[in-house]
Amino acid sequence: MTSVENKLGNAANFVDERIGAAGWVKKSLNKVFPDHWSFMLGEVCMYSFIILLLSGTFLTFWFDPSQRDVIYQGVYEPLKGLKMSAAYASTLDISFEVRGGLLMRQIHHWAANIFMAAIVAHLLRVFFTGAFRKPREFNWILGILLLTLGFVEGLFGYSLPDDLLSGTGLRITSAIIQAIPVVGTYISFFLFGGAFPGVGFIPRIFTLHVLLIPGAFLAVITIHVMLVWYQKHTQFPGVGRTEKNVVGHPILPVYMAKAGGFFFVVFGVIAFLSAVASINPIWLYGPYTPGQISAGSQPDWYMGWLDGLVRMAPPLETHAFGHTISWNILIPALIVPGIVFTGMALYPFIESWITGDKREHHLLDRPRNVPNRTALGVMSVTFVMVALINGGNDILATNFALSINQIMWFSRIGIFVLPPLAFVITKRLCLSLQRADRDLLLHGTETGRLLRLPHGEFVEVHAPISAEKAFILQSHEQSAALEIDDVDSRGVRRPGSIKNKLQRRLSKAHAVAVPKVTEQELKEIEHH
Amino acid sequence: MSNELIPSDNSAIPVHAPRATDINPKAEKRAEQQVAILFALSGIGSLLLIYSYIYVANDVFIFIPIMGDQNAQQLGIGIGMAMSLFFLGIAAIHWAKTLMSDKEVVNHRHEFRSSDSDREEFVKTVKEGVAGVELGRRKLIKRSLGAALALFALPPVLLLRDLGPLPKKQLETTNWKAGTRLVTDPGNRPILASDLEVGAVVQVLPAVEHPDERALSDIAKDPVLLIRLRPEDFQLTPQKFAMTHDGIIAFSKICSHMGCAVALYEQQTKHLLCPCHQSTFDVTRGAKVIFGPAARPLPQLDITVDAQGYLVARAAFNEPVGPSFWERNSQ
Ligand code: HEM
Ligand code: FES
Repeated sequence: MTSVENKLGNAANFVDERIGAAGWVKKSLNKVFPDHWSFMLGEVCMYSFIILLLSGTFLTFWFDPSQRDVIYQGVYEPLKGLKMSAAYASTLDISFEVRGGLLMRQIHHWAANIFMAAIVAHLLRVFFTGAFRKPREFNWILGILLLTLGFVEGLFGYSLPDDLLSGTGLRITSAIIQAIPVVGTYISFFLFGGAFPGVGFIPRIFTLHVLLIPGAFLAVITIHVMLVWYQKHTQFPGVGRTEKNVVGHPILPVYMAKAGGFFFVVFGVIAFLSAVASINPIWLYGPYTPGQISAGSQPDWYMGWLDGLVRMAPPLETHAFGHTISWNILIPALIVPGIVFTGMALYPFIESWITGDKREHHLLDRPRNVPNRTALGVMSVTFVMVALINGGNDILATNFALSINQIMWFSRIGIFVLPPLAFVITKRLCLSLQRADRDLLLHGTETGRLLRLPHGEFVEVHAPISAEKAFILQSHEQSAALEIDDVDSRGVRRPGSIKNKLQRRLSKAHAVAVPKVTEQELKEIEHH
Repeated sequence: MSNELIPSDNSAIPVHAPRATDINPKAEKRAEQQVAILFALSGIGSLLLIYSYIYVANDVFIFIPIMGDQNAQQLGIGIGMAMSLFFLGIAAIHWAKTLMSDKEVVNHRHEFRSSDSDREEFVKTVKEGVAGVELGRRKLIKRSLGAALALFALPPVLLLRDLGPLPKKQLETTNWKAGTRLVTDPGNRPILASDLEVGAVVQVLPAVEHPDERALSDIAKDPVLLIRLRPEDFQLTPQKFAMTHDGIIAFSKICSHMGCAVALYEQQTKHLLCPCHQSTFDVTRGAKVIFGPAARPLPQLDITVDAQGYLVARAAFNEPVGPSFWERNSQ
């Protein structure tokens, strides 16, 4: 035994004699983690969150979250002598007078963008592979919660420096709050501490941004990861992998070294980006004043689709009984996102209602084998992309010599036409891929070698695919559509016939598939 | 499946092919050296950071192709930090991939559903516990508990009441009154009608006693845009035309959509454009919305000139400016 091992042993002994952790820790250390590049997306989320905590804490040492007026006397010449809020002035100081301060601001902002991108990518992985199915619905919902928290946290963080760009964002935020019927005006006055921009919003969102929301993040992330641990990771189908096992590397040493190393790689990449790529150069925008605006106002990318929806909304307001309801704000900014997020959170339950499948699933789906779900996912992504494009309509217009009217009308029509189109195309694509799999199984791969048969005909030689590959192509299950009769076994009409009809229809659409290769067919091939 | 072509569901995982480093001592040695080099690169990064922090002044700029002029100190600290982190991580991963044992192992899963007897016992325990409370029998307690809980929910909401003042009429009113002079922003100078040439656009605020102490909440609703056209360019109702003065028309600069500053004016088309969501207002037709999500024209300010010829408001705005809100009571 080396002396290091000796010391580690002693330490372990010390802890175990006091809290008896050996049994539990041993079991935990034996957990295995399956390997797949897409399983690292969740890790990127967690690592960028840690980077946000570290860089954010650094910023709090100098940032002054106050809307008190100050006259700027710092080193940045163009703004010298200007009246501005202490929040803006202290952000200038961090950028120009704290060594490494600008780097930390940029690390914080880049990390926030990468955090959101990683959450979205992770969510798409989980969705398209069906990892959200029983027993993992809780974690799916927690994930949606983290995504939602991310939007709020990012909006608040972005608003803290109190520059012209972020102030414009807050103006829009306050207008959205004001648009809420009955209570909106009051909520807005309370949150802002008076009429917009008020005196209290920056210090208040600061507390939320650095204390309450990170605390909530930490709690939810902890539960999220503990559930992954407890329920064990899903795995892709492959030889030797079943619903009853999990195949991969044990946590010590390989997984730990790779995951730990990966944290530093993510941090290093973000630091590199922040060293060379400017983000949010607030000194160029100037301090916030509501009478001015910088052209081409753009929120961070993850807010862009909401902005795009707001931009394409029809100019609708209702004036009645002395009150005003702004549909042009409520629909794009609250109602549609509300439906999207609720729908996402409920999707695991909706799908299991459609398929009638209440079993546990630990083997992942290949997206092509569940055409309906895959098509729905692509449809949703298309919806968000159209909205996002419209959110950048001014930038697109200037860069590609288009008119804003053209882009706006493209989006207004596209938001209704393109998502269903994407659904149909994706579903067909999935089925073609299934057909290709079937051909591969039956006829093998083309080798490009030609063979001349005795009677002169040329045929291409096909090589059978490997057993492992064949297993993957053939391992998914295909279940038939649900049989739901309108009358029960005694011939009595069942209640809820519309619901039944819907379920029957959806179930039928969900079960569409290219039939798998049967044993019979395989045998016939062999005898050739 | 009996067929040999496709392995069956519970076949063992395929045996792992050994890596070069597992069988070739030379490869093993090489991998060891590579890991050491990566760790060294990380160390160099840390040194670069320390050097830049201490010895590079913060006003030195260096030119880098594509990126342009860069602050040398920030760049040195950033690149140093990136190197020290990145290579530390890569070294650990390389080490794990080439030298640590990489045998895959199998864990077994259990169903999460508890056994039937456990579930039954659980239900029984809960039922017994709940029965012990006897809420059904104790009507008085049940009702008073309900009432207390209902009241209990109010204080937390109430305690937030002092976050801000009540809205009162603040959203309905601005600082424009009959006779208020229009002053330039910035500059704070009153404006003679004759100062404005056809085609001119000026941003104005209401004259106040201490122009340096305007509250931001006033600047959020008072700004007005003055635009001078030829009187014959207008296509206005007589009522709205009467609110202009000699071709000068005044609109609230606060967008009727979500309150951004409507800052862009196109001379040729005589359109005002809001950069936030591109609502476009036709100045000649009383800032009618011709494009975008805004649902109402920009409110028009009734203007005239005073005895000295300076532009003044003839009356306050006759509708609230800025975005809509529930209590707003006009078309
Ligand atoms: C977890 C998710 C978080 C997100 C998405 C996020 C996002 C942001 C963003 C986008 C900014 C604007 C940055 C800029 O350009 O200056 C910001 C600013 C800031 N954040 Fe965060 N943040 C997060 C967590 C934290 C935490 C945990 C802290 C502190 C404990 C923190 C402290 C700050 C401070 C002090 C600022 C303003 C200073 C400045 O802008 O220079 N943040 N945040
Ligand atoms: S705020 Fe002007 S268009 Fe939305």
